[in-house]
Amino acid sequence: MPKVIENVGCPYCGCSCDDVRITVSDDGKDILEVENVCAIGTEIFKHGCSKDRIRLPRMRQPDGSMKDISYEEAIDWTARHLLKAKKPLMYGFGSTNCEGQAAAARVMEIAGGMLDNCATICHGPSFLAIFDNGYPSCTLGEVKNRADVIVYWGSNPAHAHPRHMSRYSIFPRGFFTGKGQKKRTVIVIDPRFTDTANVADYHLQVKQGHDYELFNAFRMVIHGHGKDLPDEVAGIKKETILEVAEIMKNARFGTTFFGMGLTHTDGRNHNIDIAISLTRDLNKISKWTIMAMRGHYNIAGPGVVWSWTFGFPYCLDLTKQNHAHMNPGETSSVDMAMRDEVDMFINIGTDAAAHFPIPAVKQLKKHPWVTIDPSINMASEISDLHIPVCICGVDVGGIVYRMDNVPIQFRKVIEPPEGVMDDETLLNKIADRMEELKAKGEA
Amino acid sequence: MSELLIKNGYIFDPISGIKGDKADIAIKDGKIVDKVSSKAQVIDASGKTVMSGGVDIHTHVSGPKVNTGRMMRPEDKFFRGSYRGGIIKQGKRMEMGFSIPSTYKTGYAYARMGYTFTNEAAMPPLLAPHVHEEFRDTPILDQAAMPVFGNNWFCFEYIKNKELENNAAYVAWLLNATKGIGIKVVNPGGTEAWAWGENCTTINDPVPYFDITPAEIVKGLIETNEYLGLPHSVHIHGNNLGNPGNYKDTLDTLRLAESYKAKNKFGREQVLHNTHIQFHSYKGTSWADFESGAKEIMDYVNANKNITCDIGQVTLDETTTMTADGPFEYHLNQLNHIKWANVDVELETGSGVVPYIYDKNIKVCGIQWAIGLELALYAKDLMRVHITTDHPNAGPFTRYPCVIKWLMSEKARKATLDTMKWKDKVIAASNIASMDRELGLYEIAMMTRAGPAKALGLAAIYGSLVKGADGNVAIYNLDANDLPSDPELIEAAFQNTAYTIKEGVVVVKDGEIIAEPHKYTLWTKVNMPENAQVMHDIKEKFTKNYTVNLENYAVFDEHVHNPRAIELDVA
Repeated sequence: MPKVIENVGCPYCGCSCDDVRITVSDDGKDILEVENVCAIGTEIFKHGCSKDRIRLPRMRQPDGSMKDISYEEAIDWTARHLLKAKKPLMYGFGSTNCEGQAAAARVMEIAGGMLDNCATICHGPSFLAIFDNGYPSCTLGEVKNRADVIVYWGSNPAHAHPRHMSRYSIFPRGFFTGKGQKKRTVIVIDPRFTDTANVADYHLQVKQGHDYELFNAFRMVIHGHGKDLPDEVAGIKKETILEVAEIMKNARFGTTFFGMGLTHTDGRNHNIDIAISLTRDLNKISKWTIMAMRGHYNIAGPGVVWSWTFGFPYCLDLTKQNHAHMNPGETSSVDMAMRDEVDMFINIGTDAAAHFPIPAVKQLKKHPWVTIDPSINMASEISDLHIPVCICGVDVGGIVYRMDNVPIQFRKVIEPPEGVMDDETLLNKIADRMEELKAKGEA
Repeated sequence: MSELLIKNGYIFDPISGIKGDKADIAIKDGKIVDKVSSKAQVIDASGKTVMSGGVDIHTHVSGPKVNTGRMMRPEDKFFRGSYRGGIIKQGKRMEMGFSIPSTYKTGYAYARMGYTFTNEAAMPPLLAPHVHEEFRDTPILDQAAMPVFGNNWFCFEYIKNKELENNAAYVAWLLNATKGIGIKVVNPGGTEAWAWGENCTTINDPVPYFDITPAEIVKGLIETNEYLGLPHSVHIHGNNLGNPGNYKDTLDTLRLAESYKAKNKFGREQVLHNTHIQFHSYKGTSWADFESGAKEIMDYVNANKNITCDIGQVTLDETTTMTADGPFEYHLNQLNHIKWANVDVELETGSGVVPYIYDKNIKVCGIQWAIGLELALYAKDLMRVHITTDHPNAGPFTRYPCVIKWLMSEKARKATLDTMKWKDKVIAASNIASMDRELGLYEIAMMTRAGPAKALGLAAIYGSLVKGADGNVAIYNLDANDLPSDPELIEAAFQNTAYTIKEGVVVVKDGEIIAEPHKYTLWTKVNMPENAQVMHDIKEKFTKNYTVNLENYAVFDEHVHNPRAIELDVA
């Protein structure tokens, strides 16, 4: 009899939906049906039971081909290279559980290396703003139960977070929001007319790269200087700004969701900084919160885990042995790669080869490159060593942090391919091996 | 079978009433015993002070808001971290941070001060798995956490409808789901009001929509606590924290306990623990005429045996404030305009984080410092008045040795007072300058282990050297018969133990971490019949209002690190 597993967490986007239903075959190896998931989430579960999964580590041969090796060999090779390297970098973690991220922290502390996560190329600017200005936020249930005004600024959940609007923000009927969408005002601020803008009450088509000015205009209105605004700011008419500001001021509970449209345009961290300042201003007259649309289902995780481990969420320099150091720009992955400072690279739970600038990838490729990932991707194909692992939420469980930093406990739904390790086990074995080698004086 | 014998120390153990007698302490298989064989490892404690491992009744060391503080304050590491010329790696992991230390530093630093148990002061139930993840990564210390109930929608409804049994069943269910130890209340009703940008500043302010008052919430939770017979009492951070004139609100809160008696099998006598009472003992009408209300508060506490408190001593440091009292943090941010973090948590609670500098050259900070010490020095029964800094709110826990120094030495208090720019105003607004009381080691043992352990209902395990208790011992370099005249030496002795022993294993020697044995997560397991009405209500709220499924809400067993349940049965 096929078995139905309910309350399954989805390992795709930062919504970290935990209401998935999976029908699993008799032998617990195949996924027959996936319900309550967006199209992208469905594909991840389907891939989990694909017959093409990699089952053994693969080592690059002198002729360029890849040869299967044992996990023991892969662990030993990685441990030795980590100890030999002066400044190894482990980067990724968008798609690993927190247990894996904690084990990675142990590995890089022993190795004395650099540790970074995908925030370095997505919400890193948000961290910089939070360091300066704080983070007045809430859990997504507060939005569902209370919010009557929703702003999406520089984010397009219709494509990037497919169930965000239906589960948390625009459509759900919550405790104080029994009429759902009918009683919510939705404002989308985006230079493009996105599918999200399509469902908004107001779409402010801000001139690309001029978000900061528009924030500033809103702050002027909140501070009582609305009449001093020029006729147009950042491509938006003065009347529209005044009208939308009035809606913000009269909100019972408002939330601004911001995405990479703000962190990756002119202004970067300054955009987030002023977004937080606007939220602070609005709290003098109403109740407002703000939230980063974190991309992957557990990309909030490494920031959380490493903050309790080292006190910094990303761009960690552990080479000093006795203390950790963080200085984005100096210790951020792409910057280090561009300067060719890194002499070994471990890509884990992401695809740096696809996401990093090509010159950075070329520099990293000069040195030993290990990819730890369940799938074949661009990083795995240019690696010296590719170690397959379980897929969190599919064949291994664990804790993940949703975009609002709420921990969600993921379940295992099928058995992993025989012999395939999970991230935590693999990384702890690498750490143990390094300790062994150090004790023997082979390091 | 490991055996340990601690010979010839001066023993201070208020639970068994030993006041500095020279004696031996024997530990076998992790527990205190009468005697051990001749094969036991021997520690010579002659000329040293021996107490049970310290017990912290209220500290924010693990969980979401602590970690928000760590994340948003890199400067807490850069400028105030002890690594600059300070600690090199002693344990397995590096130690980072000052006011909001990393989990590893938390474990190591407590152990170096002779502490072996901490009670995390506020766990938002929805985020309980986060707290337990941090417990896993906090070495050595046994830990517990109190879920917050003072702004919980279920409790509001049950209490409003006078459904005590349903409220009790819900509390028992939540303790089990979150692996929590007891009932924490933070700004009852006020944090729910903050979700609309409002607050409840007196015990009679109605909570928006829910039509209930803070007074009703507190009384309802005290009744629930005693109905269940939980090890600890209701643990309250009352309304109107931190504002001039709030001592009246505090007295109002304390009076709510008047008609109640403790009912439990754990030796606990109080029905209400008022935490960080320093923040609730303010007179005056504004910051201009701000003054101490310590006398009024402590007169009441002294006269009412069913109340305990901890002091929440201001340590005059740059620190990071954090509390589930969301409106307070916003209010504080309106005073200092530094960065502000806030997290409202659906159906349950909220929280805020704001950095704060207690500058000895600011009058109000000096008066706050004086109030905390006055409270302790006015206290008649120090088993009921405990040392805390409400870590990290009034200062980091690593300053406990400094607080002990101030309490044991008038000279030390005067020296600190002398460094204050507005010394005369601090003296005028408090009685600190006229107080010559100096506490002794026995009283310090009451305030730092025996008292907190008893108030938590855990005195059979912690805070005591009686037979059967866990073999947790702190040995300090202090000759009880010849205490140093220089108070700095007292502080130094409490900062780094000669030995800290955890369940019979030496974890600290001469102030250095040498072992990291296993640790426990303590929680309260209430065995009672399932309540169909409550289970129905829970299912309904999860279907309609929560954004996490019910089946994913309770912390999975595999995420609870080495659990140790305190069990009780309710018919």
